[in-house]
Amino acid sequence: MPHSRSRRLLGEIALAVVVLAAIALSSALLLLAGGYQVGAGLRALWLGSFGSWYAFTSSTLVRAIPLMFTGCAVSVAFRAGVFNIGAEGQFLSGAAAATALVLALPLGRLPAPVLIVSALLVATAAGAAWAAIAALIRARFGVLEVISTIMLNFVALYAVSYLVRGPLQEPTRVYPQSATIVDALHLPRIPGAGRLHVGLVIAVLSTVLAGWFFRRAAAGFRLIAVGESPSAAASAGGIDVPRTMARALMASGGLAGLAGGVEVLGITFALYENISPGYGYTAIAVALLAGLDPWRVLLTSMLFGALEAGAGAMQRDAGVPSSLVSVIEALLILAVVVGRAARVRRISASGMPLASPPDA
Amino acid sequence: MTDVIAPFLAATIRTAVPLALAAMGELLVERAGLINIGLEGAILAGAFGALVGASAGGVAAGFVAALVAGLLVGALFALCVIVMRADQIIAGTALTLLSVGATGTLYRTLFGSSGAALGIPTSAPFSIPGLSALPVVGAALFSQPPITYLAYLLGPVLAWWLSRTHAGLALRAVGERPEAAEAAGINVDRMRTAAILTGGALGGIAGGTLVLAQAGTFAEGMSAGRGFIAIAIVVLGRWTPLGVAGGALLFGAASALQFAFQAMGWRAPYQLFLVAPYLLTLTALAGAVGRARAPAALGKALEPRR
Repeated sequence: MPHSRSRRLLGEIALAVVVLAAIALSSALLLLAGGYQVGAGLRALWLGSFGSWYAFTSSTLVRAIPLMFTGCAVSVAFRAGVFNIGAEGQFLSGAAAATALVLALPLGRLPAPVLIVSALLVATAAGAAWAAIAALIRARFGVLEVISTIMLNFVALYAVSYLVRGPLQEPTRVYPQSATIVDALHLPRIPGAGRLHVGLVIAVLSTVLAGWFFRRAAAGFRLIAVGESPSAAASAGGIDVPRTMARALMASGGLAGLAGGVEVLGITFALYENISPGYGYTAIAVALLAGLDPWRVLLTSMLFGALEAGAGAMQRDAGVPSSLVSVIEALLILAVVVGRAARVRRISASGMPLASPPDA
Repeated sequence: MTDVIAPFLAATIRTAVPLALAAMGELLVERAGLINIGLEGAILAGAFGALVGASAGGVAAGFVAALVAGLLVGALFALCVIVMRADQIIAGTALTLLSVGATGTLYRTLFGSSGAALGIPTSAPFSIPGLSALPVVGAALFSQPPITYLAYLLGPVLAWWLSRTHAGLALRAVGERPEAAEAAGINVDRMRTAAILTGGALGGIAGGTLVLAQAGTFAEGMSAGRGFIAIAIVVLGRWTPLGVAGGALLFGAASALQFAFQAMGWRAPYQLFLVAPYLLTLTALAGAVGRARAPAALGKALEPRR
């Protein structure tokens, strides 16, 4: 019905306005509480994110790319009822694997596009494999993936720390980072858009595909059924719940791993310890704010990309610690879960049968 | 050999104490049927609180501030989960993120972005007369900051409280069969809130211990996953106080191995030692979970409030 659709669209726009206003307001309050100049801080936040074409493409969108992948990754897992807090570690595995591959294979033997594509595939596989460890010990020993994926984040971090000081260290052995990847193996830049690279296209395609998967594919429906009610999915749907959960976790890891590969080949051109400023954790906020819908992740990842870009500018130009953004992210997550719980309560209080909200 | 064993024991205790304090708190929360992933945030908040408190009013004020900071994170968790009925895992994750952001921002705001070499008063070791004179183990176990002795006592006291007191029994009932507990006249929400607040306070003290009895300073993100390890220790200790104490000691020993190896001249990449606790957590969990029985209501979604 077009009427209800336009009303829904209006509702979404209203929600977006409320979210943006809440972010602006909470930033202003936090700046005020910290004794910073509110005007200068907010101005830097805006100029660093949407204030110019360069800021939008080279800062906001460049940061949005890894968040699109990882936000999608978290959505896929959470939708299946799998709490993958490990996108950070899976991102690092992907980044390390892609770096190792392109540095190990001598250029010239294979054409560059082939190398780039194989590096991205290896990154995806590495992320999936890292998640598979958590999936395996969940299936085999019943270890909650919440704990195991967090532990694996630390393991991945120290593994990268070892690699960039050991086997993958740059030839002069001075800096704790890998050798720089040669120009021929960089992801092509998008003309007229500064540092923005074709990783954006891959990221958008992935999110569109994931959204389509949930809406149209039978496997996507099974995954959502498992997340909504594992017991009903098993008894009424005849779905193999543990297998579906394991696959969701590995698909999630694959997406996060791909993010790492794209980041290395598109932006950093080398591996080092702090290659991710917490993309895997921010992804949780990105996914939850999007209601775990990959299509909406396109928007929320840009929002958080803008926040992170703006935070960098705030720190540079107004002396405001960039960690302020973590506070805003956390408040957004809390607002979303609390709001969702309130809605469930309202539905149950209205006497209607208690159903899970569509985006839970 | 004594010159290897004594430092090894001392390092074991040093690492185990904050883990044990935090894990005992989480044990109470989990015995009440909840999982608080925000424990990591409580530890970090406690560490920062200790810095603020101690630089203003000495060690005791530091511990009080650490407790209050942890309590605050616990109160936020209770507000989200008990009052608002929000998802436990997501609320806990968000609170950890909030703690990371808030302590980082406050630290840089209050102490400047360089922040290095902050001299704050630290908790001096207190030697227990007699015991500290024991050969080999004496100094390592009984010449420690006072908070360590509190940690020693916490396991037996909690074990007694859980199994022998009316309140302890009620807490366990809430974690096993909340509806039955409710029917028996126990206020489930109040019981759980009390457990969460105690858990937050203990997490805060654990963070305070890191700053006041160990590092002597604060660093951003210095909790470094200890909250998550503490949660794993609860599973490893099979949800019993004495098991948790044993689990914390095991982790302490694993982390202390690096000192022993260094003393014996064994060389390996240092990251191997840093990563050991996390690998141990994974393997220990894989080994422990199948054989232990969790509280029946653990992590289940709460009933809507009436």
